[in-house]
Amino acid sequence: MGEVIVITSGKGGVGKTTTTANIGTGFALLGKKVVLVDADIGLRNLDVVMGLENRIVYDLVDVTDGNCRLKQALIRDKRYETLYLLPAAQTRDKNAVNPDQMKQLCQELAQDFDYVIIDCPAGIEQGFRNAIAGADRAIIVTTPEVSAVRDADRIIGLLESEGKHNPKLIVNRIRPLMVKKGDMMDIDDIIEILAVDLLGIIPEDEYIVISTNRGEPAVASPVSLASTAYKNIVGRLMGENIPLMTLETNDGFFERLKRVFRF
Amino acid sequence: MFELIQKLFGKDSSSSKDIAKERLRLVLVHDRVNVSPQFMEVLKDDMIRVISNYMDINEKDMEVSLTNSKSSVALIANIPVNRMKRGMYNQD
Repeated sequence: MGEVIVITSGKGGVGKTTTTANIGTGFALLGKKVVLVDADIGLRNLDVVMGLENRIVYDLVDVTDGNCRLKQALIRDKRYETLYLLPAAQTRDKNAVNPDQMKQLCQELAQDFDYVIIDCPAGIEQGFRNAIAGADRAIIVTTPEVSAVRDADRIIGLLESEGKHNPKLIVNRIRPLMVKKGDMMDIDDIIEILAVDLLGIIPEDEYIVISTNRGEPAVASPVSLASTAYKNIVGRLMGENIPLMTLETNDGFFERLKRVFRF
Repeated sequence: MFELIQKLFGKDSSSSKDIAKERLRLVLVHDRVNVSPQFMEVLKDDMIRVISNYMDINEKDMEVSLTNSKSSVALIANIPVNRMKRGMYNQD
């Protein structure tokens, strides 16, 4: 039996889909059999982030409605042998699926895959309830902003009331220079406020924009900071003890050179 | 001018992160007891309805709020009383 992990946040635009794509691809790079499930019905996004948008035939609602078998709807990523995507329906809405159906779907997927990773829609309504229904554990993505942290707190409460305990937190888009100047909340501030375990930190990284433009998850690239951060997170999810990355604040020419050549 | 120099050297006295932390702390107190402004209004209306059975109160100046002291939340109501209702006052 594999593990079902939901990636959620409450607030939109904090990096749930990017995180789903990168964690999933990270597992696949280590040879794990992974399926990414886009639970954002009506606002399909994970397919384009993964660069698989041209290969969709059936979607999640086709499976739950019985229009096709589960295996027919799964898209195999040709770049990574063990990575699959179950896309969301684009022409339906969130009420096309219910939590019981999602639970059943997750159970079925967990029989064939090591990891089932669900990309949760923003918000706390039906789409959220569907996405978390079948999850064994939850990962919350937030950014160091009051709005995102507030929503993360609400999500932690809602997960708790649904019996999903001990969610893990990813703090995304940290800007070390702003933290150093005291103009951005740091990790300790956020952890103190939310009182949850930290799974990882991801620095703001332009490479995420580039990799999303190309439809190639950043984690597969050897040169970006975000890639290293996602690899660390994948390692921690597999039980490895990896220290948090230190975010350098020195952004001089030499530092940039160092980063480019990685020495 | 002095402020500008301070900013140039990154020594702005009130760092915006502390403002963010404090605002979050306050907003989460209310969030965590699941209270929306509408909830407070409904609560207030119910209180007025019950209390009005016993006394005339000044609804306009009435204040109902939640406050946070260390780890606990308290409901504070400040309700000016205009007059006690005689019928209730004389009851056994």
